[in-house]
Amino acid sequence: MDLLVQLLDATIRVSVPLLLACLAGLYSERAGIFDIGLEGKMLAGAFAGASAAAVSGSAWVGLLAAVAIAVLLALVHGFASITHRGNQIVSGVAINFIAAGSTIILGQAWFRQGGRTPALSGDARFSAIELPGAEALRDVPVIGTIYSDLISGHSLLVYVAFLMVPFTWWVLFRTRFGLRLRAVGENPAAVDTAGISVTWLRYRAVICTGILTGLAGAYLSVAQNAGFVKDMTAGKGYIALAALIFAKWKPVPAMFACLLFGFLDAASIRFQGMPWPVIGKVPVQLINALPFILTIILLAGFIGKAIPPRAGGVPYVKER
Amino acid sequence: MAEAAIELIGINKSFGAVHANRDIHLEIPRGTIHGIIGENGAGKSTLMSILYGFYQADSGEIQVGGKPTLIKTPNDAIAVGIGMVHQHFMLVQNFTVIENIILGAEGEALLKTSIAKARSELERLEREYGLEVDPDAVIEELPVGLQQRVEILKALYRGAEILILDEPTGVLTPAEADHLFRILKQLKEQGKTIVLITHKLREIMAITDNVSVMRQGTMVATRKTSETTVEELAELMVGRRVLLRVEKGETKSGGFKLSVKNLTVKDSRGVTMVDDVSFDVRAGEIVGIAGVAGNGQSELIEAISGVRRAVSGSVMLDGKPIDVVGVADPGELRDRGLAHVPEDRHHVGLVLAFEENENSILGYHDDPKYLKGPFLDIDAIMADAKEKIEKYDIRPGNPKLKTANFSGGNQQKIVLAREMEQDPGVLIVGQPTRGVDVGAIEFIHKRLIAMRDAGKAVLLISVELDEIRSLSDRILVMFAGRVVGERGPDATEGELGLLMAGVEHKEAAE
Repeated sequence: MDLLVQLLDATIRVSVPLLLACLAGLYSERAGIFDIGLEGKMLAGAFAGASAAAVSGSAWVGLLAAVAIAVLLALVHGFASITHRGNQIVSGVAINFIAAGSTIILGQAWFRQGGRTPALSGDARFSAIELPGAEALRDVPVIGTIYSDLISGHSLLVYVAFLMVPFTWWVLFRTRFGLRLRAVGENPAAVDTAGISVTWLRYRAVICTGILTGLAGAYLSVAQNAGFVKDMTAGKGYIALAALIFAKWKPVPAMFACLLFGFLDAASIRFQGMPWPVIGKVPVQLINALPFILTIILLAGFIGKAIPPRAGGVPYVKER
Repeated sequence: MAEAAIELIGINKSFGAVHANRDIHLEIPRGTIHGIIGENGAGKSTLMSILYGFYQADSGEIQVGGKPTLIKTPNDAIAVGIGMVHQHFMLVQNFTVIENIILGAEGEALLKTSIAKARSELERLEREYGLEVDPDAVIEELPVGLQQRVEILKALYRGAEILILDEPTGVLTPAEADHLFRILKQLKEQGKTIVLITHKLREIMAITDNVSVMRQGTMVATRKTSETTVEELAELMVGRRVLLRVEKGETKSGGFKLSVKNLTVKDSRGVTMVDDVSFDVRAGEIVGIAGVAGNGQSELIEAISGVRRAVSGSVMLDGKPIDVVGVADPGELRDRGLAHVPEDRHHVGLVLAFEENENSILGYHDDPKYLKGPFLDIDAIMADAKEKIEKYDIRPGNPKLKTANFSGGNQQKIVLAREMEQDPGVLIVGQPTRGVDVGAIEFIHKRLIAMRDAGKAVLLISVELDEIRSLSDRILVMFAGRVVGERGPDATEGELGLLMAGVEHKEAAE
């Protein structure tokens, strides 16, 4: 029981950046802008967040900086792919390279710790929040354990991430903005002839993406860890994209997909070096590769056909 | 004449070097159906896009209800009561009907109230105009006719008093088109003004009150429909006299060239599309297959030409079997003298990104006359392409031009030239004049008659009943995968129409 709770607790923590990045991608891709640059925006956000928190001593300043830089990069992607109708994959990859390179160079130039930022402590980090009644309920069997050990005791951003799921669903399916956002990813010409600006709508979508990737980055460096380490996103942006496809661009399935990938990640850390019955010790590399192997297997056949938004990846040009 | 709903004064619009609209003057009286007719590229769609605010005119004035109006965006057009039904529907395929209708006209930030409001408004429109459609149906699951109805409802929901329809019948079956016309007449009776853009002369005669003709970017004439004729309109459109009726002599049919026996074909979903069909085509005759689109004609010619596998049955070409169930391939059939002009020239007949000369030998590229050793003989191919351009009057006459840049009629001529110039014994033609201008139609029809007179066997399928009737020596009617009747070229439209609708032979005779 303890092992399971620990494992699930770890699952929640490692799922959060995936979930925020996945929802970030959802806004952009539902509007027809493919974004392979989630990884880069998250990384840049993590670096900016840790740097600002280290200098100011406030986690909130770090969060703002993370969101600001991620939104800025999202606007660069928007400028290239919406205004200039460039190739969205190329633009996204470029942002990943820029983030990977510049975070290390700037980190070394500013802090001289080999690309790391100074370790954060106290108010410079988001600390765990005890939910009301967690202590009192701790001894109640099952429910108490789940509430006080699993649900309570995470940082603010964890709760924000999971609340973003119903919020995103509500925005997409219950608001005018969501209706238009989904429409512009399917048939921008229909949106244009209905008298709505395709450009402005898509810019708003990439700004949403920027905000959420900024949150994901801040979580990595200012909440889950105490500072920025080079390449700390470690492919999470790509896993989030896989989860997005796996979830068929829907918010609630996206949460479950991210939890599944998070669980595999948590399990691979937990079981590292542990001998298994019958097969014995499994190489670490194989365990680490599990999420990726699963992704391929799932995408190859188990989820049925994942149909992306029809206008995805295609710049909108008014036809003659 | 009633007061003008719309008046266009001196509209000009250029795209680069192309002067798409040249000093256009047009007055559309309120409460009428006004036709605008012209060949592809005459500037009809550009003019209407200017009226709808999709493009801006370079100069000129638009008056709506007698007042000068600036229409800069579709929003401005909607605000003054102009609605448009586009040729390619502006619908979101995986949205429901109601979601499509409110898109852009939601009113409030939350959908709940706007959907409720739209629902009751939709019920009112349904009652008033008989425009029934399930508001919760998903667009991609609706037939094209109903999708178009959603487009009309979209415009009416926004309070359109003036409705522009751009080539509305291009995608409809004859029955759906008739239904559309009834709806349009009803809208007119309710006082709406309707602008109908088309290149089909019959539709103009059937439904409009007035008609304006465009040619090469200018408005050449406006007539009262009751005071003009099809012949006059055709001449105004093309700029010269056009022969609308095909002139052909008696058939001198010879031996069997193509014999189809008990052919059965299923589509990719496993649905039987061609059901035990048998017929012959003789040398020197054109056999036309009439039918509403989707009754198995497409699958039939695909199976005969080796593009699609048949389930059972046999086909003989010049007395020797074609392995339609097993391994018939189009290349082998070409070598045996069976040429195929596919229905869908964009996806099957041509590679649009290729140059004209490349498309003009496509599929015949391993013919020794185009080869120099293992390599393509570019000089021979270019010479051959130029010869075809000359003979088939393909414009612009530049074999190096990308095929996508030719008009529909000229693209079709490229395919026809390629297939006919191989001098095949049997020619299978699908929809030879779909999306083709009046002038080019005349030309294509003449070439098909010439093939027949040269003793070739021609199998023609077309959804244009007029085309089938004027070209064919024998007419087969297909319904639900079966040949339900054979008639001579003198069969009436009503008689064929009943057969096409699946009404049994006996009932049809009564």
